[in-house]
Parts: sequence; structure tokens; C-alpha cells
Amino acid sequence: MSLNVVIVGAGPAGLAAAWSASQSNANITLIDQAAQAGGQIWRGGQGYAPKRYRHLFGQQTTLHYRKQTHVLGASEQQLYLATPQGPQQLRYDRLILANGARELFLPFPGWTLPKVVGVGGLQALVKGSLPIAGKRVVIAGSGPLLIAVASQLKQRGAIIKAVVEQVPIAQLLRFGRSLVGNPTKMLQAAQFAQALANTPFYVNTWITAAEGEGEVQQVQLNNGQRIECDYLACSWGLIANTELAQQLGCRLEQNFVVVDRSQHTSRDQVYAVGELTGIGGEDKAVIEGQIAGFVATGNYQAASQLAQQQAQARQFSQQLAASFALRPELRQLAQANTIVCRCEDVTLAQLQSQPSWRSAKLQTRCGMGICQGRVCGGATQYLFGWSQDSVRFPIHSVSVADLVMESV
Amino acid sequence: MKQIRISINGTEYQVTEHSNLAAVLMDKAIANRRSVTGEPRMAVCGMGSCGECRVTINQQAHQLACLLQCCDGMEVDCEP
Amino acid sequence: MSSVIIVGGGIVGCAVALELTQAGWQVTLIERDCLGSGATAAGMGHIVVMDEGEAQLKLTLFGQQLWQALTADHPQPHEYHACGTLWVATDTEEWDLVAEKAAVYQQYQIACEILDAAALYAHEPALREGLVGGLLVPNDSVVYPPKSAVYLWQQAEKHGATLVYGEVTTIQTNYVQLNDGRQLSADAIVVANGQRCIDLLPELPIRAKRGQLVITERYPALIKHQLVELSYIKNAHASSGDSVAFNLQPRPNGQLLIGSSRQFDRTDRQIDQLLLSQMLRKAIDYVPALADVRCLRTWTGVRAASPDGLPLIGQHPERAGLWLNVGHEGLGITTALSSARLLADQMLQRQSQLEIQPYLPRSLQQEQPQ
Ligand SMILES: Cc1cc2nc3c(=O)[nH]c(=O)nc-3n(C[C@H](O)[C@H](O)[C@H](O)COP(=O)(O)OP(=O)(O)OC[C@H]3O[C@@H](n4cnc5c(N)ncnc54)[C@H](O)[C@@H]3O)c2cc1C
Ligand SMILES: Cc1cc2nc3c(=O)[nH]c(=O)nc-3n(C[C@H](O)[C@H](O)[C@H](O)COP(=O)(O)OP(=O)(O)OC[C@H]3O[C@@H](n4cnc5c(N)ncnc54)[C@H](O)[C@@H]3O)c2cc1C
Ligand code: FES
Repeated sequence: MSLNVVIVGAGPAGLAAAWSASQSNANITLIDQAAQAGGQIWRGGQGYAPKRYRHLFGQQTTLHYRKQTHVLGASEQQLYLATPQGPQQLRYDRLILANGARELFLPFPGWTLPKVVGVGGLQALVKGSLPIAGKRVVIAGSGPLLIAVASQLKQRGAIIKAVVEQVPIAQLLRFGRSLVGNPTKMLQAAQFAQALANTPFYVNTWITAAEGEGEVQQVQLNNGQRIECDYLACSWGLIANTELAQQLGCRLEQNFVVVDRSQHTSRDQVYAVGELTGIGGEDKAVIEGQIAGFVATGNYQAASQLAQQQAQARQFSQQLAASFALRPELRQLAQANTIVCRCEDVTLAQLQSQPSWRSAKLQTRCGMGICQGRVCGGATQYLFGWSQDSVRFPIHSVSVADLVMESV
Repeated sequence: MKQIRISINGTEYQVTEHSNLAAVLMDKAIANRRSVTGEPRMAVCGMGSCGECRVTINQQAHQLACLLQCCDGMEVDCEP
Repeated sequence: MSSVIIVGGGIVGCAVALELTQAGWQVTLIERDCLGSGATAAGMGHIVVMDEGEAQLKLTLFGQQLWQALTADHPQPHEYHACGTLWVATDTEEWDLVAEKAAVYQQYQIACEILDAAALYAHEPALREGLVGGLLVPNDSVVYPPKSAVYLWQQAEKHGATLVYGEVTTIQTNYVQLNDGRQLSADAIVVANGQRCIDLLPELPIRAKRGQLVITERYPALIKHQLVELSYIKNAHASSGDSVAFNLQPRPNGQLLIGSSRQFDRTDRQIDQLLLSQMLRKAIDYVPALADVRCLRTWTGVRAASPDGLPLIGQHPERAGLWLNVGHEGLGITTALSSARLLADQMLQRQSQLEIQPYLPRSLQQEQPQ
């Protein structure tokens, strides 16, 4: 019987893992909740991937690709799935986690207005055919995603009124210098710079409020400036989707899954790759994915050849984290009556008197809604230093019928 | 691209097949839901994690519009 | 003025704190996590008169009366919701139970109404076809226990009670030892730390009975009453093995809480998929529309079960100055206020409203779990 390798997440990391695992005769299953493979950045199919990565999509025919399938939980030998055909269990011998990341949102007055969206959120909606040509967009927050999305939206005809980055200029320049010696990143940076020529780019600056009747109409910056817009896209970095890893008992450090050089987690036969192990972009995702796919199928030789690239990718990831560290002033953006938990409309004032995340949950319902802390948990960790508690089955909300397994 | 018909809050709209439902609602400035204190809300994360894009589809409440593509005859209801 | 240490800030510890501060004691409450943690954070918060024996019925009824008094002026802090209980009969055998149950309730002047099938569907149209009837108990209600615990504590705090965060590791005569090395002393010590009482007092005849619950998104129109299957007591109180029973609660905000299940001697937090599936299959069987309802979360909670299902309220049989209020199993929200009153009566040597005998801590040897 051939080895069952199951990969969760069909973004760059998961696709790369599937590609390298498919060099063996293992039985491979690739699972993603989305309708299309590609993850956040290549969503929409291989046309969105750089040429050097398109071959990763090719092997989908040789493996079991399970789309629109949510992984709800895991035990030592199997995964619990919600599929379009109903709930199922899936056994694995090797499990590669490539769940990717979501955006970090920090509350500020007006952030709950319609058309205030995530930066990746707006990108995804535009890929889902939201017309953006001629629309005035402000992109704010922190991280390389701001520039990447700004240039993409501009290419589609959006009027980028401003890109607003909280990092001080010196820090940004230091980050720029760190890219020297990394030709793909340099090239990317140059392309963005060209694409965004004439676009106002503010550093050391941040949003203090969004205003509007019924939807966002203008934003206010800390430098006193007001900018009119149709959309405000903002996010302050990425948070790894570690829920499944946590449920499996994998060790985490600073909200990322701890792995060794083989991408092995602290749990037997469980690997983690891509954003789960540290935010590092598509190159890191692809290299780590390939390594895990090779190691999981016993091809150590091939894996070891990627060691140097892996080290470089991880170094980049660390530079990224250091360069885009959030400034303490952002903790003061939310006012007493600003909603922090959007699912249950819990305000900052309601949370300030709580001694812990658990108490906040029990007494105010913060984190108890449909996001299960995916949004407010990141914010309250930053605002109050609260660490998240348990992750519960199911890690994605589904119908009652989807939780009824035929036999377990 | 093929055009299809969907109904939103009882009104018929023509949309491109396979367009993302959350994107369609945002473009038409129709709030997906009301928050528990009555604020209008629309999609935020676009990837199924925030839950702000919930709507009722074919009588089934609390469906995530950002994970759904429009299909012909879809009946979408948003909280008034 | 006498001083007392209460171990555990769940609903029972908080209720005891309020009773004793009101009686003029100097109260220190010790909590390891946050107020209203433990089973109080995990349970359904159904304030229900349960008729499995006279002692249970009297304690739950007294509890319900005290809850009504507590919430009368300020229902909001408790998210109090007078939804009533509707016991659902699926067949003629259960229909016979309706009449029996009604007779018992009537004997204690507890309002109730027998519903035939037509009346049942008029009350709850979402129930599946083919049911034979039910019993409506209108005075049962629902609270949100963690908030109630904090509310009770805040009243006690106003009267001068103090809260200490820390975990009690041992109980000596007149003092307790905390995990950080602190020692706190008092004239009396009350153990009210739920199922964890056996960590401190392994001689107590308490077993863990784990439950699993599911919370859903808001569906305000689906059901109006807490729906419970009539065989609930039979299914819930099997003395061994795993079991499930249909129990569906409408939260005042429109969410639904789906129960219930029981597993002996498990205290871990890992969801048992098989049992969860059984429980949900049963829930869908009673209310078919539940199949499409969106679940937000599942969790586990541990009940502290005594062999006869009654709590232990009173002095430790072998240790002077040590008092117990533990073993409330699946009814500790309902019985928090009444048990706290009965305990305070004993500590203050007051006359009690109920005959105390059935609840006194019972012989420790003969009832050890097998
Ligand atoms: C919102 C957003 C926008 C981004 N935009 C850009 C950009 O424009 N440019 C750029 O360079 N980088 C961007 N990034 C970063 C980029 O996504 C990563 O560098 C890269 O995609 C990482 O790959 P990955 O495979 O680790 O994760 P992802 O690409 O995020 O893939 C993870 C996949 O796992 C699936 N998944 C997760 N959990 C489950 C589950 N329980 N069950 C089933 N499926 C599951 C998801 O649907 C997703 O397809 C963005 C990131 C985010 C979060
Ligand atoms: C699934 C489930 C459903 C239920 N449904 C209902 C219902 O509908 N109606 C009803 O009436 N009852 C219900 N119950 C029962 C009810 O929840 C419990 O009986 C009640 O909460 C017990 O309260 P307690 O204060 O005794 O214990 P707990 O709530 O467990 O509180 C004990 C407290 O002590 C603390 N603690 C523990 N050890 C220590 C230590 N060593 N030092 C310091 N602090 C400590 C804990 O952190 C906790 O806060 C249910 C229970 C479960 C599990
Ligand atoms: S927009 Fe966040 S879940 Fe759909």
C-alpha cells in the first residue's frame, strides 16, 4: 500500500508540497476550502502565478484535489472534513499543513463602515470581479502587501489616492537594503516602484479615522490630512492560520508553528510550511512546501539540496517581521466607544475592565461570534497582550449536518 | 462572459456568471447584514475568516458570500 | 466577626460568598482562573425544576424561587429569559410520562400544561412530524451563568468580600496553601470548586461526568422554549457508559445551544466525535431544520456527579471547620442559590427552609466510585 500524504491548503506552499511529493509513488490528497487552487496570491489559477511556478499547478491531475472542502479538525490519524458531499473522515500517514495566513486588523474609529476592507480582502474581491476602475482607493496599514495590492489595483484602473505605511522611513530603507542579494525581490520592488510612480506614498503615517454616511467617504491621517475615497483597504500585517496545528498539539512560538529544517513540527508525521511557520511570501512558501513534500515521501536527498534557499527565505522572513514591527501609537487609535469585536459589537470600553481574554469572552462575548477570535483575537493580543485560548472543533463554522459523521 | 440573473432582496439583477457574491453586493452598495447593534456591514477579509459577509441564500441564513460564486436563479436576502 | 475562605469562584462559590457576606462574615474568595469559570462557563444555564426524587425537586424548586427573586428587578445582567421548558413525548410510553410528571408538579403547585399533538405543534412548529404531545412548564427559565456568577460576586464585594486569584493546592485546618506559596487562614473554609474538589479532597464521592455542547449562529424564529426529550432523565442518568439526550435551548439573542451528552470519568477537552455525532443526529431528528443551522463552536464541560445525584452541602464528615458545597452534577446553576442558602443556614446555625438531611455530606467510604 502506498503512503497517504494529505496536504491542507492549496496555496503556493501546499501546491509545492504536492508537486514534490508527487515525484514519489505516494497517494496524495490536496485539500482547500476555496473553489480555485492558488491560495491568497495565486487565487484564480495558474495565470496568476509567476512563470517559474506554473508547473506546480500541472500535477493536480495526478493527485486527489478536494476543492471547497473545509478541514474542521484533526486527530492523530485522521482529518474531519466538510465536503460538498457532506462530512467525511480522511486517514493520513503524513500530514502537511499549509493553511496560510489572514490579515491583522486593528480597530480605529469608523473601521466597521461598509467599504472599509482588508488589503488582501479588496484584492480578493477584485479578483472576484468587483469593478475597481475609476474608484478612489486609500491603502493603509503596514507591510509589503500594501504596495503589492496598490500596484495590482492601479493596473486595473483604480485611482490610488494614497498608500499609507506606519513604518518610519529609516526602517523602510534598511529593509530595502536587506533585499540586495535577493534578485527576485529586488526586481519585484523595482516593478512596484515603477507601477506606483506618481502615487502618493506616506511613511511614518497612519489612519486615525474613517468617516462617511452609510459607507466610507473619507479617511483621516495622523498628520491631519483628510482624503476622500470610495474604498479604504487596510491591514497591519498577517497572522498565520495555526488553528489546525494547534488542535493537533503542534508547538507554537510567537504565534507561528515551530518546525525543524525538514519542516517537521513537534508532532510525529506532521509538517508545516509557508506562512504557518513565519510570514515570508511566496518564495519561502514554495521552498518550504517542496522540502516537506520530499521529506514526507522519503526523498531526503532532494530536500537537502534546498537547504540554502530555505535558510535565505527564513532570513527574509525575519527581516520582514523586524522591519514592519507595529508602533505603539497604534494602540491608541481605538476610542472608548470603538467596536473591537465586530461579530458581537463589543467596544473597547467594555474590554478594558476585563482581566483576561477568557474573562472578556465569558463576560462580553468578545471572540464568541462567527470569527471565533480570528479578527478580534489578533487585535486584543496587540492591544492588551491577551493570548488566545483553546481552539475548538470545528475550526471553520459549518452546518449541524456537516458535523454528523457516519461512523468514526 | 455569460450573464445570469440573481435576486437580491427581491430585486432582479444581471451579473456575470461566477462573479463573487460579496463583490457583487459591495459594488451595488448593498449591506450584507446588520450587526447586533444595527450597523450595516459588508465584506472585510474576502477569505472566509471574518464572517461579516453573511447573507441568506435560498432561505438558508448565515452563508458566507465571499466564498460563493453567483449562479443563475440565486435568491439572496440581506438583513434590512 | 468570623472569617471564611471560599475555594472556587464558579456560580456556587459566588453564591456562597454573597450569602455569607450578607450575614456579616469576612469573606475571601479564591479563584484560579476567572470568576464564573469551570462548569459554570460550560453549562447551559437552564433553571429547571427536576423531579428525579423529592429531595432534588425541592432543592431545584427552591433554587428557582430564589432565582426569580434575584432577577425580578434586574433580569439584564443575567440575560434572564423566561422561556419555559417543553418536555417532548415521541411515543405512547413517553406520553404516559407526561401525565405522571404533571401529577408530580401539580402536587407541588408548579404550573404546567399538558399539550396534545396539535397544541405541541402550535407552540413549536419546528418539531418533526409524528410526535404525540408534551408538557409545558412555563416558569422554567434560562440565565447566562458566567455573568450571573460575576453579578453575585459584585454584590458580595459591595459588602466587603475580597477576591484572591490563585490556585489552592492543599487545605489544612483553618488555612489553605496556594500554588505560589501563599498561605491564607480563616475561621472556616468552604470548598466550592466544582469537580476539582477531588483534587483537594480525594475522599469525596464525586465522579466526573463530561458533557459536550454546540452553539449556533442566531436563528431567532426557530424555537421558543427549551425543548427536552421526556426520556431525558432516563438517558441522562444511566450510571455508566456514554449517553446522549435531546436538549435544545433558545438563547435570548437567538442563538441555539444544543445538548446533551454524558461520559463518565473524562475531564479532557478533546471533542468525542462519535458522541457528538450521536447527539446532533438526535437533535436533527427532533428538529429537522437544525440540519442547516450554522454551528460556531463546540466545547466540553465537566459535571461533578455524586452517586445519588444530590449535592453535598454541609460540614465535612471528618474535618471540623471545613464545609462543602459540591456535587451539583447537571443542575448546579439551578441549585446554586438554594444550596448556598442551606449551607449558610448551617454555618450560622439558622433554621432552614428545607429539611437538610438529604444533602448533608454522606458517608465517604461506601460510595467510592467503582
Ligand atoms: C489576504 C492576503 C493577501 C495577500 N496578497 C498577496 C499579494 O498580493 N502579494 C504577495 O506577494 N503576497 C500576498 N500575500 C501573501 C501570500 O499569500 C503568501 O506569501 C503565500 O500565498 C503563502 O502561501 P501559503 O501556501 O503559505 O498560504 P495561502 O496562499 O494563504 O494558502 C493557504 C490555503 O489553505 C486553505 N486553507 C486554510 N485553512 C484551511 C482549512 N482548514 N481547510 C481547507 N483549506 C484551508 C486556504 O483556502 C488557502 O487556499 C497575501 C496574503 C494574504 C493573507
Ligand atoms: C455540559 C453541561 C451542561 C449543564 N447544564 C446545566 C443546566 O442547564 N442547568 C443547570 O442548573 N446546571 C447545568 N450544568 C451544571 C452546572 O453548570 C454546574 O453544576 C455548576 O456550574 C457547578 O458550579 P460550581 O461553582 O460548583 O463549579 P464550577 O463552575 O466548576 O466552578 C469551580 C470554580 O473553582 C475554580 N477552582 C477549581 N479548583 C480550584 C482551586 N484549586 N483553587 C482555586 N480555584 C479553583 C474553577 O476555576 C472554577 O471557577 C451543566 C453542566 C455541564 C457540564
Ligand atoms: S468577508 Fe470575511 S468571511 Fe467573507
